Amino acid sequence: MSTLIANRRDFLKTSALTGTALVLGFSDADAAEPLALAANHEITPFVMIDPSGVVTLFNPRPDMGQGTYQSMPALLAEELCISLDNVKIVQTEGDAKHGNQNAGGSSSVRRLWKPMRTAGAAAREMLIAAAAANWSVPASECNAANGRIIHLPTKRSFGYGELAAKAATMPVPKEPKLKDQKDFTILGKPAPRSDVPMKVDGTAQFGIDAKVPGMLYATIERSPTIGGKVVKIDDAKALKSKGVKHVVKSERPLFGSTLEGVAVIADSYYAAVKGRKALAVTWDTSGFDKFSTDAFYEQMRTLAAKDGIRAEASKGDAVSAFKAAAKTIDAVYETPFVAHASMEPEAAVAHYKADGTIEIWASTQGPVWTKQAVAKQFGTTPDKVTVHPQFLGGSFGRKGGLDDFIMEAVYLSKQVKAPVKLVWSREDDITQGPFRPGMVNALTASLDANGVVTGFRHRVVGPAIQFQGRKDIEGKIDDWALEGIEPDDSPYSIPNVAIEYAHAPVTTPVMWWRSVYASTNMFGHESFIDEVAHAAGKDPLDFRLELLAKANPAPNSTGARFQAVLTLLKEKAKWSEKLPQGKGRGVAVARSFESIAAHAVTVGRGADGKLRVEKVVVVLDCGMHVNTDTVIAQTEGNIVMGLTAALKDAITFKNGRAEQTNFDTYRVLRINEVPAIEIHVMPSSNAPGGVGEPGLPPLAPALANAVFGATGKRIRTLPMNLDAM
Amino acid sequence: MAQLTLNINKQSYKVDVDPETPLLWVIRDEANLTGTKFGCGIAQCGACTVHLNGAPVRSCSLPVSAAAGQKITTIEGLSPDRSHTLQQAWIAEQVPQCGYCQSGQLMSASALLASNPSPTDEEIDAAMQGNICRCGTYPRIRKAIHRAAAMKPSGSR
Repeated sequence: MSTLIANRRDFLKTSALTGTALVLGFSDADAAEPLALAANHEITPFVMIDPSGVVTLFNPRPDMGQGTYQSMPALLAEELCISLDNVKIVQTEGDAKHGNQNAGGSSSVRRLWKPMRTAGAAAREMLIAAAAANWSVPASECNAANGRIIHLPTKRSFGYGELAAKAATMPVPKEPKLKDQKDFTILGKPAPRSDVPMKVDGTAQFGIDAKVPGMLYATIERSPTIGGKVVKIDDAKALKSKGVKHVVKSERPLFGSTLEGVAVIADSYYAAVKGRKALAVTWDTSGFDKFSTDAFYEQMRTLAAKDGIRAEASKGDAVSAFKAAAKTIDAVYETPFVAHASMEPEAAVAHYKADGTIEIWASTQGPVWTKQAVAKQFGTTPDKVTVHPQFLGGSFGRKGGLDDFIMEAVYLSKQVKAPVKLVWSREDDITQGPFRPGMVNALTASLDANGVVTGFRHRVVGPAIQFQGRKDIEGKIDDWALEGIEPDDSPYSIPNVAIEYAHAPVTTPVMWWRSVYASTNMFGHESFIDEVAHAAGKDPLDFRLELLAKANPAPNSTGARFQAVLTLLKEKAKWSEKLPQGKGRGVAVARSFESIAAHAVTVGRGADGKLRVEKVVVVLDCGMHVNTDTVIAQTEGNIVMGLTAALKDAITFKNGRAEQTNFDTYRVLRINEVPAIEIHVMPSSNAPGGVGEPGLPPLAPALANAVFGATGKRIRTLPMNLDAM
Repeated sequence: MAQLTLNINKQSYKVDVDPETPLLWVIRDEANLTGTKFGCGIAQCGACTVHLNGAPVRSCSLPVSAAAGQKITTIEGLSPDRSHTLQQAWIAEQVPQCGYCQSGQLMSASALLASNPSPTDEEIDAAMQGNICRCGTYPRIRKAIHRAAAMKPSGSR
């Protein structure tokens, strides 16, 4: 039996970029500790080597499809000088010693690039120190390779397993030496992901797959409007339905409110579903039955016609520039509410135990978030909450930071005093939110007599994700609302720039959705740059390059990187070659999550005469990266998801109800609709940027710009209907 | 309730369930074969695809009583050791991202290859249209099916 020796350590903390401490290593061994020579040895909280040589690497970011199960261990393995082929990978479970464990915001690699490598390098140096001590030679005469420490002058070597016990007693190096990029053997190269084999034979365990002894199954009947109070429950028929054990009210905490439901809990999931159908619930929907998208967009258009809150990043005086201009142009762009609709619906197993401890198996983007949220909700402390994060069957922002469905499961378990598996139906998932917020973007630009852009205003109007459940919002701007459009992210040389925001409060819950506001802002921003280019009589791609060149960007600055990305795109997309009649090509570029992506989309007519997307060429500058193949796969995924958001169904509301309910009415892109895709990843020595999201924002504007090229029609409202073009 | 005998992956399972229960939930919760997934419940997404006598069916919408006595194959029965050409091709092309829909994708693809050993892009599109992947792995699914078609079969099915 092996024992972890984590609990007897004083941890050293090094600061991580997130501001949250990353626990890196441990202090010198304390004299009272038992010698655990036969035990597994935790070299740092992220590396464990047992005496037989088995190396276990800990992944601190739950994998929702973005490849963290491989990328996080790869950062350790690179510095530890081992291959990923023979290591065990273990998902962390929210223990404080593993630091921030929340996946999201395309943050995992860019935030942990250095801390994880440092942990791996520290372990390597401790192994070297242990070997050097055993041989009584200087550490400088030893190096690490392929899981062994070698004494270079004599070629003697030890396997890591042989050194594990001693290495664990070595002092933690304060600043272990990291490898140079040129010496990387794993990072920056394509590599097979270790989760893939489990995902081709059905053995990968997702939140919905967890099963514990004595578990009951639950489904929840919900108000037809989002929000609505239970007035009366007629559960006579439901309780008579075979297998149904309990009918109880449920609670879904969300942004400071509690959404009521009625749970049917049974000895099988289908018995619960059947019981739910037999249930008759009377709802009071008053106050929740007013929201309609038609009226809401009218309100947002009114707000968009007025001044918003001016962002600090604004510069000069755009309004005066408009007044003095030879020509001004205006346009208003609208993007819809959309659902995350990850393939795995919200699902969790929770056990509220008699002793007040809580155990959870679920798809969650962040076990630390989940522990804290559940502890707070149920009046306990995070140490009483155990979370086992499973593979997430997609998330795109839905399963991070809210934990609403997990808390529903905990609440039900507490009510019925048994472990409960809660599974949302697809209808629950699509109608109950949260959603990507519907937005209106109003843009104005001015040109002088020579076609030079003198002023530019981008006004963002829509619900603030951050302001839900808060009152102190007067005069404030949601921290994420201006993603992609402030001069830092949009380095075009324009002397007068106004960036404004107006919050449009909404009763329906909204949440981060892959690339968040960059996904909505950039549709307006980059479509409008195209409109300005045409107004100036310029080629849209050359116009962008001119606007960038005028800023005279410093080498390696965002502006210079935009120029490099667009220049390569121009070549790869054969931008200068003339297209046949009826086809159109559009370009867009965006910086989000510290990476830059530029897309060229080609549209043309199919055999049926209908317009369709033929090809998407992408150039991505994401700085240094872990796995080139994952970078490409994520970008493919962003294109497909961006196409769905641009071309397929919106979520619309009438009388407080979502009008789409399942994949028959909320249609998503299918295999027959996928265009040719070509992705170029720029080689780079810059700090890593995000990868999971930056490929999405340029898609919609590049597509709309291509449609304009083909048809002369400017699309300013999404989703667009290509069949009608 | 009904006592039914199911033949799943050449193994016999005796279950006592409501005969209306969709086959999906019996496979997952009674036979404990959780590789087959729930996605929509209305045969729109394909995550629950299994073979019934070799043909792809959406198990979320098929009552278990209709499957009794028939030959049911799930992802766990595609091969005992990931040796099916499609599983190998899926690994070679690194198809899965979140992976949730991939069991259904593989079951649809294996039914396609069984009847059409070297499908064109159009034939792949036609056979695979019923399977949604929200992560957007479609380009790799297409490549992997072509790759598998070009390989010599080495696994059982």
